[in-house]
Amino acid sequence: MEFKDTQAIYVQIADYICEQILLTKWQPEERIPSVRELAVSLEVNPNTVMRTCELLQQQEIIQNKRGIGYFISGDAVKKIKQFKKEAFIKNELPSFFRSMYLLDLDLDELKPHFEKFKKSNFN
Amino acid sequence: MINIQSLTFSYRKNKPLFENLQLRLEAGHIYGLLGKNGAGKSTLLKQIAGLLFPDSGICEVLGYPSAKRQPAFLREIFLVPEEFYLPKVSVKRYVNIYAPFYPNFDEAAFYNYLKEFEIPRDQQLTEMSYGQKKKVLISFALATNTKALIMDEPTNGLDIPSKSQFRKVIAAAVSNDKCIVISTHQVRDLDNLIDSIVIIDGHKIIFREDVQTVTDKLSFKTVSRIEETTGILFADSNVRGHTIITRNAGHEQSKIDMELLFNAVLTNHKPIQEIFN
Repeated sequence: MEFKDTQAIYVQIADYICEQILLTKWQPEERIPSVRELAVSLEVNPNTVMRTCELLQQQEIIQNKRGIGYFISGDAVKKIKQFKKEAFIKNELPSFFRSMYLLDLDLDELKPHFEKFKKSNFN
Repeated sequence: MINIQSLTFSYRKNKPLFENLQLRLEAGHIYGLLGKNGAGKSTLLKQIAGLLFPDSGICEVLGYPSAKRQPAFLREIFLVPEEFYLPKVSVKRYVNIYAPFYPNFDEAAFYNYLKEFEIPRDQQLTEMSYGQKKKVLISFALATNTKALIMDEPTNGLDIPSKSQFRKVIAAAVSNDKCIVISTHQVRDLDNLIDSIVIIDGHKIIFREDVQTVTDKLSFKTVSRIEETTGILFADSNVRGHTIITRNAGHEQSKIDMELLFNAVLTNHKPIQEIFN
């Protein structure tokens, strides 16, 4: 995994785990790799992975079963999407809206573009 | 785990290398020891390992004074020096000779590490390249399972693929009862492994903080226009823009840039130290 310079590593690892879940590589109710396994494969300090797990546990995306490990919550996908949506609206939408405003673009005008995009990428 | 108090040491009279140096290191962490050439990194590691003795002050590991080199101390510490000598024997013979000194030596783990590093088991140590020898020594060091593991520039001489292998074996070796100290100039090789930073300069430890505290208090970022940013503690400019350190005002955490932090602490020590006090 390539880490970017922009975000704390533990956050990037959280994104990586969420991506595995959204891509259904890791399924709800399944156990995720142990802290040590993740640390070795990502070549990072196990304490960093531990911090990631605490974050994801706090967001109720994973659950700690004592002595066995971390398991993906049944509604993890819903939870992740909710968090991602909030982050998108907070972080990316303002600059998007700014461009729209500067270019006099209307939301309705974008609709066909969005439909076309969905068709060509996710069908 | 490692406790150094009021350590004073000099190689030559009236030219002290350490003056009243204080340092406490705990188990469960990987410490990165950073310092300029000649600042005393290797000397400090040798003091901890009992290879050099304090002129005055205390240097102890697990409560044992390093200088006394008691067996109970020696079996719980391993130093991988930057320059080392390996005898003209096979890997297997080396293990037979040296492993008995370490009661927690894990032979299976040792051969696993060698496998990870792609080192042939049946070769004479003296027929190996410098990098290969170093990998044997690192594998042996990890397999001893000593509570204190000290490595002086471990990634020096390692080729590109083995740096990644090195990170994997270190990540696997960390545990709550182990204290790993790594001195390095190649911070980028190890910056995701090191969880606490120790900077030595001008006879003293001038900075010792864990990475989490650093990113709680400081923000590392790249900006294109430096004039628009206020409160810059340190800046390094290059063609891509300016990498800067500011006080972290929000709750968001950036990725630590250890090289930048090192340069900042050395050149702008006071304002940074005030933030951590």
